[in-house]
Amino acid sequence: MSLNLEDVARIARLARIELSAAERETTRDQLNGILGFIEQLQAVDTAGIEPMAHAVDVVQRLRPDTVTETDRRADFQALAPETEAGLYLVPRVVE
Amino acid sequence: MNWEVVIGLETHAQLRTKSKIFSGSSIAFGAEPNVQASAVDIALPGVLPVLNREAVVCAIKFGLAVGAQIAPRSIFARKNYFYPDLPKGYQISQFEIPVVLGGGLTIRVGAGDTATEKFVHLTRAHLEEDAGKSLHEDFHGRTGIDLNRAGTPLLEIVTEPEMRSSAEAVAYAKALHALVQWIGICDGNMQEGSFRCDANVSVRPLGQKEFGTRREIKNLNSFRFMQQAIDFEVQWQINEIEEGRAIHQATVLFDPDSGETRSMRSKEDAHDYRYFPDPDLLPLEITADWIAQVKSGLPELPQAMKARFEADYGLSPYDAAILTGSRGMAEYFTAAVDVCNQPKLVANWVINEVRRSMSEGASDQEGEPLASEVRDGLPGRDVIRIPAGKLAKLISRITDATISNAGAKKVFIELWTGPDQEVDEVIERMGLKQITDTGAIEALVDEVLAANQKSVEEYRAGKEKAFNALVGQAMKATRGKANPQQVTDLLKKKLGA
Repeated sequence: MSLNLEDVARIARLARIELSAAERETTRDQLNGILGFIEQLQAVDTAGIEPMAHAVDVVQRLRPDTVTETDRRADFQALAPETEAGLYLVPRVVE
Repeated sequence: MNWEVVIGLETHAQLRTKSKIFSGSSIAFGAEPNVQASAVDIALPGVLPVLNREAVVCAIKFGLAVGAQIAPRSIFARKNYFYPDLPKGYQISQFEIPVVLGGGLTIRVGAGDTATEKFVHLTRAHLEEDAGKSLHEDFHGRTGIDLNRAGTPLLEIVTEPEMRSSAEAVAYAKALHALVQWIGICDGNMQEGSFRCDANVSVRPLGQKEFGTRREIKNLNSFRFMQQAIDFEVQWQINEIEEGRAIHQATVLFDPDSGETRSMRSKEDAHDYRYFPDPDLLPLEITADWIAQVKSGLPELPQAMKARFEADYGLSPYDAAILTGSRGMAEYFTAAVDVCNQPKLVANWVINEVRRSMSEGASDQEGEPLASEVRDGLPGRDVIRIPAGKLAKLISRITDATISNAGAKKVFIELWTGPDQEVDEVIERMGLKQITDTGAIEALVDEVLAANQKSVEEYRAGKEKAFNALVGQAMKATRGKANPQQVTDLLKKKLGA
């Protein structure tokens, strides 16, 4: 499987990443390089091997249900480009 | 042409934990914007999600309550989409292997004894995180983002497309709403968004096997809106098809003001979520021991309790269904029965007087009394004001003939307005005690007979109505305090009937 320029443009749009024409070509080549590695992996015979969802064969550690976080809004909002009345402001989103 | 309606529901139930599903932030409702949004919730670089054990317990409880399979190993996945109230750019959800598979719910459609039962199968239920909130008004052309809700634990419960009318969809939603509160995993508060439904609706010619193209109505937060939205949508789809237009898969919103559903503007590839297993989260393992432990803590479930009420107390399916409509109502009923051991009388009193008095106070949008608050004690909602023990005592005063049924209703109203009062005290004060002394009643009956010779003669001449007039006179003479049955019996005896 390999991606063409249109596929790359579509993925970039879904991820809201702006790519120039030149960047689209580099990205296509890089992504196809990764897909090439995956093809190598897929060539390995995995019949009878149970698929894993994670590279490490351990299970999820769970957290007790307690509130441990305190209000750090002022710290976080100091990093934000624009805030008002405790809200983060972003370009208008129209549904 | 006859059309068949096909509906499947997806419900988001907010889980009743203290903290978020992947962080230690509080999920308390109504906080100032963004004060309950930690580094994990706002997706600062380098943070890691850690799963809340209690959220998993809620999912296990639900799986057990609907007779589903609980996955020994389930996987969290990233659902990728771009929206400013989703700071990570993906929602952590479950995709290929959800925590709960299958199961189902018995629903009752229709009212009274003509109601029919139906079993609705569930496809799955999975754990996921909620997104934040976008506020589109008042920010000089900008959108305001509040991330307090981001990371709130949700259980998304998905049905098979098995409902065939808006009434069935609403019956299912109500049954599910009652169940999640019953097992204590969700507070069920629809105004605050703790329980929201999406309805997938399609129509097909009756008898056709293939489903029609569906449209999804998003975010129905009341049962009434659900009914209206589905009814409108069904009619709209039928009209479109009958006028020769095809239905296109779409997401629509219901506008309660116009009563219409409207398509949301969405790009054709907006639903390409590119799911993949979240590398930040390891597989969730649920052992048989853990399931058994959760099971031992579950309360008796509504269906089992309903069957028990029918079998042990001889209640009708309809009455038993009402009494098990919420855990609060059921607990109230059982508590009263435990005291006075009069299940049928208690059932009548709870179903009629108690529910009527409650619906005169606060009620949800359906006019259904909010009985769960007996347990919750949540502020701002109405409760059953008379403790179960007092209702039981009142009922035992009917069965021991201290007061008449009519008198008991007066006591009930008085107690409802002043629940601190004692039953016997109110009976005494309102002068409702029945005269049970046979001698006293006999004397009164003799007086009535002497004073109403005309009626006596008419009765002897065969006029049944005259007898009723005599009973009326006798009751009047006792100012309603005599037991009507006793008066009737005495009169009959005296008249040699």
